[in-house]
Amino acid sequence: MISLAGRDILHSWSKFALTGLGLGLLIGVTFTMAGVYRGMVDDAKVLLNNSGADLWVVQKDTLGPYAESSSLHDDVYRGILGIPGVARAANVTYLTMQVRRAGADVRAMVVGFVPGEPGEPAFLIAGRRVTRSHYEAVADLTAGFALGDRIRIRRHDYTVVGLTRRTVSSGGDPMVFIPLKDAQEAQFLKDNDAIVSERARTAGNPALNRPGVPGLLDAIEASQTSNRNVNAVLVRVAVGHAPETVAEEIRRWKHVQAFTRAQMEDILIAKLIANAAKQIGMFLAILTIVSAAIVAFIIYTMTLGKIREIAVLKLIGTHNRTIATMILQQALGLGLIGFAVGKIAATLWGPAFPRYVLLEPWDAVIGFGIVMLVCVLASTLAIRAALAVDPAAAIGG
Amino acid sequence: MGLGAGIHLEGVSKRYGAGDTAVDALKDVNMSVAPGEVVGLIGPSGSGKTTLLKCLGAVIEPTRGRMTLGGEVIYDNGWQIDDRRVLRRDRIGFIFQAPYLIPFLDAIDNVALLPMLAGRPNAEARARARELLEALDVAHRAQAFPSELSGGEQQRVSIARALANRPPVILADEPTAPLDSERGLAVMRILHQLAGQYQTAIIVVTHDEKIIPTFKRIYAIRDGRTVEEAGEGRGLSA
Repeated sequence: MISLAGRDILHSWSKFALTGLGLGLLIGVTFTMAGVYRGMVDDAKVLLNNSGADLWVVQKDTLGPYAESSSLHDDVYRGILGIPGVARAANVTYLTMQVRRAGADVRAMVVGFVPGEPGEPAFLIAGRRVTRSHYEAVADLTAGFALGDRIRIRRHDYTVVGLTRRTVSSGGDPMVFIPLKDAQEAQFLKDNDAIVSERARTAGNPALNRPGVPGLLDAIEASQTSNRNVNAVLVRVAVGHAPETVAEEIRRWKHVQAFTRAQMEDILIAKLIANAAKQIGMFLAILTIVSAAIVAFIIYTMTLGKIREIAVLKLIGTHNRTIATMILQQALGLGLIGFAVGKIAATLWGPAFPRYVLLEPWDAVIGFGIVMLVCVLASTLAIRAALAVDPAAAIGG
Repeated sequence: MGLGAGIHLEGVSKRYGAGDTAVDALKDVNMSVAPGEVVGLIGPSGSGKTTLLKCLGAVIEPTRGRMTLGGEVIYDNGWQIDDRRVLRRDRIGFIFQAPYLIPFLDAIDNVALLPMLAGRPNAEARARARELLEALDVAHRAQAFPSELSGGEQQRVSIARALANRPPVILADEPTAPLDSERGLAVMRILHQLAGQYQTAIIVVTHDEKIIPTFKRIYAIRDGRTVEEAGEGRGLSA
C-alpha cells in the first residue's frame, strides 16, 4: 500500500516546506527559551565553579554574596583559617556596575580577589595573571574585552592583562577581576567633591571635632574614606573533611553564615533565578499552546481542502483507519519538518543572544517528543472532521 | 431477466423523515440490469435519481424492498449487508460527474489505489492499472498528475479506477456532463465496450440528451417511480 500522506507531502512539498518553516521558527523560539533557562542555570553553576570554593562564608542571616548583599570585616578570614578542616580562606568582593571601556559603558561584575587564593580566575585563555597590587585586571572575553584594553572603574583606569571565558555572574554579566584592595576602594570610593563636602560636614560636627582630642577628626575622616569590608570569604576545605561539618563549625564559632556548594547552588537556582525560570516556563507553555493551535489549524484547513477527495476515498472503500493515518502522518511530517527547522534555527541564532543559550541534547529529545505529541493531539480535530464526512457526499446532489 | 449477476431491485422504496414531513424519494422501484449491459437512468431534478444511486451504492439504506448486486443480496426489507465499505470497494465501481481523482496521486496510482486498498500487492495493482489505462488509451499519461490531464483524460482515468477491482457493477453519475458531445460519446463508447469486455452491469445517470440515444434500455424516473423504456442503442460505432 502506498503512503497517501507521503505522496501528498511530496506533491505539495513547497506548501509543506513553507508551513514547516513557519512552524519551525516558532519551535526554534521555544527551544531558545528553554536554552535561555538552561543557560541561566549553567551561568549560576559556572559562577560557583569559577570561584574555586567549597564554602561561602557571608554575613549572618543573609543569602549573600550573589543573591543578597553581604558585608564582613576583612579580618574574619583569619579566624576562619584557624578552624579545623579549612585549607584556605580568602576575601572576595562582588559588585555589579557599569565600567567604561573605550568611551562605552559595559555592565560587568567587578570581583575583588587575592591573587593565588580562592576567587581568582581558575584559568586564562590569553595573557597573564594579575601580578601588580593595583590597576591590573583580568576580564571575560564575552563583553569583547581584549588584552591591553583600558577599563575605567570609578576614578581609576585598569589595564586588561588576562582574558577568561565563561566567567559571568548569575545575571550573565561578564566578570572583571581586580585586586581586592582596589575593589574595596571601588565599592566605597566617592568623587572629590563628595569627599571635600563630607570632610567639611564632619569638621563642622562638634561631637566629632573636639579641640581637646587631637587626632580624632583625622581618624574619623580616614575611616570614612577607607573600606575594611568584603562581601564574602571563600573557603577551600582540606582533603578528608566534609564541607558540611566545616561549615557547621564556622557558623558555630564565627557567628557568620556558611554555605556549602549544594546550598549555594540551591540559592542561585531555586531563589535567585526562580522568577525568571517561572517567566520562561510561562513563555514555554504559551509557545507550546500556540504551536499546537497552529498545527491544528493548518492540518484542519488542509483536511477541509480535501473533503471531497476524502468523501470519494470513503465511497470507494477506503478504511477510516487509512484516512486517519494519512492525516496523522501529515501532522507528524509537519512536526518533523518544524522540529528540524526549529533545532537548526535555535542552534544558529543561539550564539547571537547576549546571554548564554545552552541547547542540551536531552532537551532536544524531549522537545521532539513534545512536538510529536502536540502534532498527534492537533491532528485529532482534523481526523474527526474527516471521519464525519459522509461518503454519499461524493455522489450527486 | 433472471436474478443472477448484475443489478436487481424489487419494490425498493426510500422515505426521508417521518410523519407529516416525510418525503417518499423512491416508491416501489423495480429495475434489472444484466451483466455486460449499459442502462440509462434519466429523470428531472428531484425525481429520485441520486437517491436511487446512493441506495445502489450502499451509502444509504432503503426503507424497504430488495436489492441484489452481482448476484449477492445487499438489502432485503430491513436487513443490510454487514460491511458496506468492502462491498463498495470490491463490488461497485463509481464514476462521478467530475472525475474526483486524488490530486496527489499520478494517474496510474489513482487507478491502482483500489486494488491496493483491497490488499493486492503494489506491483500487481499497478500492472492491473496499466492494463486498464491502456484499454482506455491513456497509458501514455500514466505518470501525470490529475492537474496535468485534460478533462477527457481525467474522466478516462476515473473510469479505469472504477474498473480497477473488476466490480460486477458500475454506477456512473452524469459521467459526460463536463465533456463536449464528441468526448461524451467517446466515454459512452468506452463504457459500452468495457461492459461487454468485463461483463459489468452499468447504470448511467444522465441529463445529457446527446448520449441518451446510445442506450438500448432506459429507466425513466419520475416522482420516485421508474418506468422502463426502450432506447435506440445507436451512435456507438467509432
